[in-house]
Amino acid sequence: MSRTNKITVRDLKLWYGDFEALHGVDLDIYEKEITAFIGPSGCGKSTLIKTLNRMNDLVENCRIEGTVELDGKDIYSRKVELNNLRKRVGMVFQQPNPFPKSIYDNIAFGPRTHGIKNKSELDEIVEKSLKQAAIWDEVKDHLDRNALSISGGQQQRICIARALAVEPEVLLMDEPTSALDPISTSKIEDLVSELKNEYTIVMVTHNMQQASRISDRTAFFLNGNIIEQDETRKIFTNPSETETDNYISGRFG
Amino acid sequence: MVSKLMKGLVYASSVFTFGMLGYLVIYILINGVRFLTPSLFSWQYSTSNVSMMPALMTTLMVVAGTLLIATPIGVFTGFYLVDYADRKNPVVRAVGMATDTLAGIPSIIYGLFGMLFFVIFLEFQFSLIAGILTVTIMSLPVIIRATEEALIATGMPIRQASYALGAGKLRTLFKVVLPVAMPGILSGVILATGRIVGETAALMFTLGTATNLPGSLFASGRTLSLHMYILSQEGRHVNEAYATAVVLLVFVLVINALSTLVSKRLAGGGK
Repeated sequence: MSRTNKITVRDLKLWYGDFEALHGVDLDIYEKEITAFIGPSGCGKSTLIKTLNRMNDLVENCRIEGTVELDGKDIYSRKVELNNLRKRVGMVFQQPNPFPKSIYDNIAFGPRTHGIKNKSELDEIVEKSLKQAAIWDEVKDHLDRNALSISGGQQQRICIARALAVEPEVLLMDEPTSALDPISTSKIEDLVSELKNEYTIVMVTHNMQQASRISDRTAFFLNGNIIEQDETRKIFTNPSETETDNYISGRFG
Repeated sequence: MVSKLMKGLVYASSVFTFGMLGYLVIYILINGVRFLTPSLFSWQYSTSNVSMMPALMTTLMVVAGTLLIATPIGVFTGFYLVDYADRKNPVVRAVGMATDTLAGIPSIIYGLFGMLFFVIFLEFQFSLIAGILTVTIMSLPVIIRATEEALIATGMPIRQASYALGAGKLRTLFKVVLPVAMPGILSGVILATGRIVGETAALMFTLGTATNLPGSLFASGRTLSLHMYILSQEGRHVNEAYATAVVLLVFVLVINALSTLVSKRLAGGGK
């Protein structure tokens, strides 16, 4: 199977002040695949995903060593334009966080940020993104409604549509369904499986069934290390490491 | 038993608070309204008509002038403190501490400072500009604190969402955070307005007490509260002082109603 490396992480160490949260992590994320991060709380999954679009820049006293490359280029190099990096690597958060604006303005915010002013062009992007996020039919008749007035599951799909509207190459999802009910969760899982045809997806999840259902590859984290990363099928049926085996069989975590 | 007692206490204190306010308002209305004569609103002040019209206009001028200077400075300081400053920076801490200290200083101290600095040292004399600058310093902490609180209350999630879409700091602040924080900032500005309208001590030695409308920024005047203070202090126009109080009261009530209306409108719109 020929695969292209989309993101390559090498020997990444990360500190919050004096606390070392990642101890030299290596990771490969392949193009147009879903990579899932699993592991117990506080093991570094969310920390690592935040380094991939440099959201950790917002955290005070956070410092890193090692490299993160996107298409072979170091994203921490001085030459990288941060806003452009975040346009290429989008993110969906644990709690749905739509802006307290209309649904339309939520989706149009990203494109407008990157200079698209033309109304018909924006209309097109909004429709396309909402369709991609499988929520167009539910909201098409009230795009001017405040995005906070719809249900949590719908809000999360609005957030996904909002992230897609800037046409990212990679979509990072930090436990996107942990705050949602089972029906919304399954809708989002279907949606994510659909999206991998066009996007490279990285997803943190607490839910091992979710990882095994939808991901192509899985990385198992423990105490700031990646213990094992492989094909999801292999991780869940025949892991190489005993810690992985213990975790997926529910012996801890 | 205890909960019943507590309930009674809470009930009693709310009745007391509301009763006091009601008593105050009714007392002023009864003693003032009947002395509201057209001559009190004459454009020209004289010792016989003791018109409050010049004072009313001067109040508006002082409020407008102060807000014009204090709002941008206060709001931008709030922006800086919340979204730009490194919280551990000693300069930032100093600004925060200065804000708190400024808020706690009795207004007569502002008056004396304004007199020594603006009136005497800068040779502004008793003037509109000296008065405005003095109450500007006084209202800054109110506006800064309100801005800070409103910005903090908007929370990290919507900021993160904006940054994650590739928006910069400025765009995030103005397009995402500010619309949400606006009602809070505005209520701070209106609170400051209330303080300015009610101020006497800080203005007496800076704005002065001239009876007519100030013809320029460097002319003296008096605000409504100051006018009322002087009338009642002189003791010869106590009835007119009550009438002035009625107008002042209406003024403050209108400001409050306006603030409620505006923040409701803004919060409800949410576009």
